[in-house]
Amino acid sequence: MADAPAFAFLAEFESPEDLIEAIKRARAEGYRALDAFTPFPVEGIGELLEFRDERVLWLGFAGAWLGFVIGVGMQIGTNFNYPLNIGGRPLYALSAFAVIAFELTILFGALFAALGMLYLNRLPRLHYPIFSASRFHLASKDRFFLCIKANDPKFDPEETRQFLSELGAKSVELAPP
Amino acid sequence: MSVAESEPILPLDQSLGDVTEQLARIPLHFPTRRRWLIALGLSSLLLALFVVSVVVLFARGVGIWGINIPVNWAFAIHNYVWWLGIGHAGTLISAMLLIMGREWRNSLNRFAETMTLFAVLCAGIYPLLHLGRPWYVYWMFPYPATMSVWPQFRSPLEWDIWAVLTYLTVSVVFWYVGLIPDVAAARDRTRRRGWQVFFGVLSLGWRGSAVHWLRWQQSYRLIAALAVPLVVSVHSEVSLLFAAGQISGWHSTIFPPYFVLGAAFSGFAVVSMIAIAICALFRLQNLVTDDHLDILGKVLLATGLMTAYGYLAEVFDALYSGESHELQTLEDRFFGAYAWTYWGAVLFNFMPLQLLWWRRVRRSPWALFLIGLSVAIGMWLERYMILVTSLYRDFLVSSWGAYTPTFWDWSTYFGTIGLFMVPFLLFIRLFPVIAIAETKEVLQREQTEEAHG
Repeated sequence: MADAPAFAFLAEFESPEDLIEAIKRARAEGYRALDAFTPFPVEGIGELLEFRDERVLWLGFAGAWLGFVIGVGMQIGTNFNYPLNIGGRPLYALSAFAVIAFELTILFGALFAALGMLYLNRLPRLHYPIFSASRFHLASKDRFFLCIKANDPKFDPEETRQFLSELGAKSVELAPP
Repeated sequence: MSVAESEPILPLDQSLGDVTEQLARIPLHFPTRRRWLIALGLSSLLLALFVVSVVVLFARGVGIWGINIPVNWAFAIHNYVWWLGIGHAGTLISAMLLIMGREWRNSLNRFAETMTLFAVLCAGIYPLLHLGRPWYVYWMFPYPATMSVWPQFRSPLEWDIWAVLTYLTVSVVFWYVGLIPDVAAARDRTRRRGWQVFFGVLSLGWRGSAVHWLRWQQSYRLIAALAVPLVVSVHSEVSLLFAAGQISGWHSTIFPPYFVLGAAFSGFAVVSMIAIAICALFRLQNLVTDDHLDILGKVLLATGLMTAYGYLAEVFDALYSGESHELQTLEDRFFGAYAWTYWGAVLFNFMPLQLLWWRRVRRSPWALFLIGLSVAIGMWLERYMILVTSLYRDFLVSSWGAYTPTFWDWSTYFGTIGLFMVPFLLFIRLFPVIAIAETKEVLQREQTEEAHG
């Protein structure tokens, strides 16, 4: 680590293909603390970054079950608490309870999936160091950024910059923390 | 839908940057200020009419409407079903076509979902008004009351509030999750402080990290997969408000699919109208192309024919049952005092629709718009017909009656159009009206495919 404190290097590419190629080369070089910033989801990055996180899906699944249990439990519980005999119809009418149980299954599944996504992404947050990079606003337009973070063991202000320029990046920028 | 698979749905001579600038520019440098203000002014008048109608309603009670015994469900429930049905197409376009990987949805999903939100709002407010004493709506929820009674969970009326509130919540969540990256894109395009704060807060600090995108996709697709059966369940449940009772003309097993398809039909009609209007207003012909209109026309035709099947099945159902009151209701629909609603529904729903067999009509914005309008009117008449023709001649001749909507019925109904239009117009003023990230994703994929043959 050199004197200037740094958060990460940002290297700008013009197409998803260039970015994917750059990630491959960076990984081959031994860099591990990588991230990418893209205007839309780019296919194939997940495998390259070894992204195997399926917690969002599991959270949605858990939420759906929770909703189902709440839905059925609420309807059985209230009928147990105050049995209301209407024409001798069954008190615990599961077929009649199905609609609300189903709605709550969906409701909690969707809420867990959405809030889980935000939580795992650590959003909302007001600031992130990368935002101060001068060309970063293009990441939501038409540029694809490779990011090598300063906590990577191989990170070196000089060598990493050199490496990224050799990859053919349109620009290379050091983002302060 | 061979168009979506074989040929690119978007013109390829535009860059990702162009699309971003074009769409983010709409809220940031709003182009058609005058026309928008005129539309907002007219819609605000309707909204004011709605407010007045509701104040009068709450002060004087539901007696100001034309409802009576036996026709105690009329405009309120009729328009509730109509608005909710319109809302469903937004979810279907957005969620079902996302799961099926239909790329043409990406130009339509944002405003279709927005339409859903405000249509559900208009729908949801009707049962509340119909309560007469809306401050008692909390009785619908299981709260620890001093009398220790609970809501009647075996009643379709109770199912209804859970279904509609779930639908509204899930629609908001799905819409907002999809909106986050686009709000971030708009935030990055502006230099004005006010916009930066507005979009900055709403984008939740989205930065387009690849890992975030992966989780976002998981979440977005999962919610979509949950939203599709939700639509089916919600409108099936709405149909059970009718079918679970023993009223002739309602008590039929065809009702759930008949209602769901009719809902999709009316919704696609309104989506087509909104697509054409937005496209003309903001000159977005490069993103909402003739191919999109073509597909919308085909979907409208298909859902329309399925709804027509529902009409036939209903008639068959009544004839096959041979039940005398069922047959009488059928006769009332065909020849009774309200036969104009039945034949009006048939005429407006299915006659202009047949023009959509021709490709040239599907690709003509004006023709498609007018057909969509005709379907919206036809479906409105259909809901009127289902409500009133089944109720006005009950089992007992002594309880027969008639229904005529009053001024306040109409004013509340036209008022809800303002309740729909005002927030919708504010949305197109403040947010990107077409999904930026998803449109670019399609454009990029099609350009790559083109380049690699």
